[in-house]
Parts: sequence; C-alpha cells; structure tokens
Amino acid sequence: MTEAAVTEAPEATSRGENPVDAGPPRSLAGDAWRAMRRNPLFWISSVMILVFVLMATFPSLFTSTDPTEAILQESRALPGQGTWFGRDIQGYDIYARCIYGARASILVGLFTTIGTVAVGGTIGIIAGYAGGIVDTLLSRLGDIFFAIPLLLGAIIFLVSLPATNNYLFIVLKVVGALVVLGWPSLARLMRSSVIQVKPNDYVQAARALGASPFRIVRAHILPNAVAPMIVVATINLGAYISAEATLSFLGIGLQSPAISWGIDISRAIVGLRTTPHMLFFPSLFLSLAVLAFIMLGDAVRDALDPKNR
Amino acid sequence: MPEVVLSAQNLVKHYPIRKGVLKRTVGQVKAVDGVTFDLHKGETLGIVGESGCGKSTLGRLLMRLEAPTSGTVAFQGEDWSGASGREMRRLRRNIQIVFQDPYTSLNPRMTVGDIVGEPFEIHPDVVPKGGRRKRVQDLLDLVGLNPEHINRYPHQFSGGQRQRIGIARGIALNPSVLICDEPVSALDVSVQAQVVNLMEKLQDELGLAYVFIAHDLSVVRHISDRVGVMYLGRMAELGEEDEVYSRPTHPYTQALLSAVPVPDPTLRGKREQIVLVGDVPSPANPPSGCRFHTRCWKAQDICSTEEPQLVLRPDGHGEHLSACHFAEAREVVQTVDVSDREPDTRFSTLDVGDIPGLDTGPDGVVEEHSDLLHDDTARPPRDTTRLVDEEPEGPRAR
Repeated sequence: MTEAAVTEAPEATSRGENPVDAGPPRSLAGDAWRAMRRNPLFWISSVMILVFVLMATFPSLFTSTDPTEAILQESRALPGQGTWFGRDIQGYDIYARCIYGARASILVGLFTTIGTVAVGGTIGIIAGYAGGIVDTLLSRLGDIFFAIPLLLGAIIFLVSLPATNNYLFIVLKVVGALVVLGWPSLARLMRSSVIQVKPNDYVQAARALGASPFRIVRAHILPNAVAPMIVVATINLGAYISAEATLSFLGIGLQSPAISWGIDISRAIVGLRTTPHMLFFPSLFLSLAVLAFIMLGDAVRDALDPKNR
Repeated sequence: MPEVVLSAQNLVKHYPIRKGVLKRTVGQVKAVDGVTFDLHKGETLGIVGESGCGKSTLGRLLMRLEAPTSGTVAFQGEDWSGASGREMRRLRRNIQIVFQDPYTSLNPRMTVGDIVGEPFEIHPDVVPKGGRRKRVQDLLDLVGLNPEHINRYPHQFSGGQRQRIGIARGIALNPSVLICDEPVSALDVSVQAQVVNLMEKLQDELGLAYVFIAHDLSVVRHISDRVGVMYLGRMAELGEEDEVYSRPTHPYTQALLSAVPVPDPTLRGKREQIVLVGDVPSPANPPSGCRFHTRCWKAQDICSTEEPQLVLRPDGHGEHLSACHFAEAREVVQTVDVSDREPDTRFSTLDVGDIPGLDTGPDGVVEEHSDLLHDDTARPPRDTTRLVDEEPEGPRAR
C-alpha cells in the first residue's frame, strides 16, 4: 500500500496557499486573533467601542461643557442654535449629556455581562458536566430566579439595599440586580451546550488518556461550548444597557443628578412630538453602543470557529 | 503462547431502565452479560457481531470509560476495575482506544499538533517539553501523514487521514493494547484497506495488541489472529481465525458467515445461505437458556432451559471455544482468505489515470472487461442476493 501517495495529494494543492503550515505552534486564541484582524466588522465595532470607552473614562476629551449647567431660557433649543445637539427641557446641553451618559451605560453593561457570564457560565458548566443530582439542584435554583420578573425583582432588590449617593455603589447596585436576575438564561444555555459537547468521542478520548475533569472542561468542552454564550452575552450586553435605561426611566436605577442615557430618554418623552431631538440623540448613542457590542460578539464568534477560516 | 496483556473475566454491564417520577428501576438492559477472554501480547482479537450485541460497550468497559456492573479487567495481571485515580492514570497509558467516527473523535478546535500532543501534556513525564513537537511530527510521519501539517485543523483532512490522526493519538503513549472500536466502518472501502494496512504495519513495528471491534467479517478475518463472535451480550464462539471462519460450530456464526458477500463470480449460487427468521430479541429481556434458541434451526428443549457454556467443543479438526449444546462443524462457503496472496495494488493509489485493465469506452465511461461475467450469464440465478449482477440487459453484459 502506498501511504505516501495518500498524503501527498492534498499537500500539493495547499502548499502555495498555506505557507504557515509548519510554522511555530499556534494557539486557538492566536488563530482567533489572526482571523479577527481580517474582519472589517471587528475593526468597525472595536473603534466604536473604543470611542465609547474613552467617552466613559475621559468625557472631558469630547466636550468642555458642564452637563449639569442648566440654561433655562434656552430650554428645548433645537440643534444648531448655539449647541450641536440642542438643549433639553432643563436647558442642559444634550451633546454634553450624551457624552457624560456613556459612563453609566458602559459600566452597567460591561459589569453585568462579566457578572452573568462568570456566574451563569460556571453554574452551567458544573450542571452540564456533573449531571445527575447536581444538575437537578442547580437547574431548579436557576428556574427559581428565572421565574422572577425582571422589573419586579430589580425593584425589590434595589429598594431593599440602603440608599446612597456614591456613584459607583449605585452602579454596582444596578449591576447586582441585573446579574442576580440575568444569570439563569446564560446558565441554561451553557448547560445545554456542555451536554451537547460532552458525549463527543474526543471528550471520551481525553478521558481515555487520563485527563482530569478540569483539563477536559478547559481544553475540550469550553472551547466547543462557549460560542453560543459569547454571542448571547454580547447581545445581552445591549439588553443590559437598555435595562439600565429602563430602571433609570422608572426612577429606581440611577437618578438625577447622575447622568445616564436612560434618564435623558425618560425625560425627553414629554417633548416627543414637539422636540424629538431631545429623544433622538440619547437614543442614537444607546443604539450605537448596543450595536457595537453585538457586532463585536459576531466577529468573536466567527473567529473562534476554525471552520470559518 | 505469549504472555496475556489484557484479561477480561466474566465482564457484565447492565444499564438500568428507569420509569416514572421516582425513577424506579423496572428492568436492566443486559448490554454485556458475562464475557471472558484473554488478549495476548502482539495479537489481534477480532470481535464481531450485529448491531446492538454489546461490542462497543465491551470496548468501553475494557477501556474503563464505563464501570462494569461486575467482573474484572486485568492489565498484565493487575486488576484495574478498582484502581484509584492516580493508578488509573498510570494504567491508562497502556490501553488506548481508536474510535469509529473520525468526524467526532477529534476536537474541531484543536490543531493536529495539539490533538496528537495532548497525551504528552497529560503525562508530562513521557517526553520532555522541548521534544514534544518533534515527537508529534514523528508520530504523524509514522501513520503516513505529512509532518508539516501539524498546524492544520481536523476539518482540513479527509476521513481516512482523520482516522490516522486518531491512531497517532492512540499510539502516542506507546500502549501495549489498542482497542479499535469499528475503526474503519465509517470509511470508504479503498481507505479502509489503507487504514487496516497501517494498523498491521504499526502492530509489526510497535508490538501492539489489538482488540478489533467490527461488523465487517472480511476485514476482521484479514486483520485478526483470533476472532470472537458476540450475540446479545455474550460470546457465542471464540477461536483462531481459521477455526471460526473455516470450521464454525455455533449456528449463529454459521448464519453470519453465510451472509458474507463472496467476491468471486464463479461461486455464485453454489453456496448455501442460512436465513435467520425473526429479529434479535431485546437485551432487556433476553431469552432463557441459550440466547440464540429463539432463532436457531437446531434448537431443542434443552436450549431454552440450560445455558450452554463457552467451552472447548470439537470442530471436526481440533476443538475451540463455542457456546452451543449441539456444536458441530459445518462447511460454509465464505470469505476467501487472501492473506497469502499478492495484494492488488491497482487501487492503492489515488491516481486512477493509468490503471491497467481498464479502458475508456466510446462515451467516456470506464468499463471493465471480465470473462467470468460472460460465462455465467446463461445459468439461472439461484442465489437471490446476487440477482442484480446477472441481469442480461445490464450495462456490463455486452
């Protein structure tokens, strides 16, 4: 039997197009990064996210106007009348408030996503991998939290914690409420993909080689099960930013004088027909931030799947 | 006789059937029900049987991927059914497995280098860190893959190449035993031959012992030194390859062998086919006595009451292990033993341009000339399974 003939056929066709074949060893993350660099979606979304993160950390780079300076006689001024985006009902500069509002949204979105991924992902992996009684207990626990309506749960959570004026503490309160009520959906997702990946022969082969459960989860189950969670988590990031806006709108999240897109949107409702620019600009910033994270999620998912290369 | 490397004693695996809210156990699926055999150093033991007879479960029990309900598996006399975690890891080095499906047995997110190198990461003392990449490339070379493809992903390979990667992973730790769970059944016939030949080559070079689980009787005959035939979780017959294939004494083996297609047109219609009636009984409720008695043409009263033991029974020439009260040899025309013949190398290469004996017809269709086909067309077919070959209007009978 001529073994050589078998292996040489594909080699001949691919020599030219894949010169890195015999290069130094490459990791999954390295390959993902290489694939991501070629994806325009990744660059567009990361530039947008970078801008939003800069806005959140150094708002003074973008505007020198004080967002808390109210000029009542210019209330409801249209864009171009002295300011870029006009003024809202209190006479605040809408542009400055959009810039300063990024901080609350980005902080809440990022922290909540990190929190739900950490809590939900871990619980989902444990439930899916261990199975049996552990799975039953963790899944029922998740169901209990899943059954609490988001707004009712968040209201109870936020009201029961002591009131404070510390900005970071208020943000963390909102994050905490969203994590407590949001982890079960990611845990369910993770559990189901772990259960899907676990019986695969390559997991059995790793067991046969004597791999520890930790190694099996890290090297085999996680890379193959994490993609749906990354996508849903980035989509949820947008949803958490809107949830923060919702809670602020209802008056239980961030509250004036704190600045957030949600607060501005809720305040703009009164002028929806007469001065829609008051609603338009904060909503535009909110949508762009959500869009940027969803696009990044798509790009990461594509890069993590070697079949797409 | 060489030393015994792997020994299974009375291996049993029952899966409970649970019903209702309280998950009460209402029955047992007896997947493997008392299997005993020894595997000697450097030999190949073929395990054959139809779907659902417990072949794969047996492989997973030997591999300790599942805990047996009872019975023991001993590696070189060392029982590893009750081994602790650390001991188990050490023993796992000696027994490795090659899976059936080359598309699910390799992690799609790892490069070939990582897949084949994983055994060295789990057992870091085997090869020092600096030498691992070189060792992986040596392994790829050994199984007939290009060592330069170390950074490729599994989906960039064909089924046969992926199975070679699986074999390379299996032999990375230099095991004494390789359990092959239908390693070629998911492959094309031409690729099957390449993989089987590779496995024979590796056996010669590395002194591996194989447990070769398959349902293809011809492949098993080709590669095996000894063959075990399983039916409903039990071993029906176990013996040397030519004992089982030339002088089968168990009716089930005889029926199985009579169903093997014969690639020799001159034998067409001359052989006797034993057609079994009925289906395989459920392993949750196997028949009493001999498990085969419900479908056996020889069955008598004793068969339904007393279970025949797997003991040496005369086969007309010598004697070998068989589990039938009425074991007797029976001439079954079956697969031709080709191990002593020159292999036909025409199809061993992917380059089909210049195969001798084939020529291109006027419409560009490759047609094969065979004198045997023409001689036989006059005789009426008696062997129904071969009917399609003998249709006089067929495209080949010009």
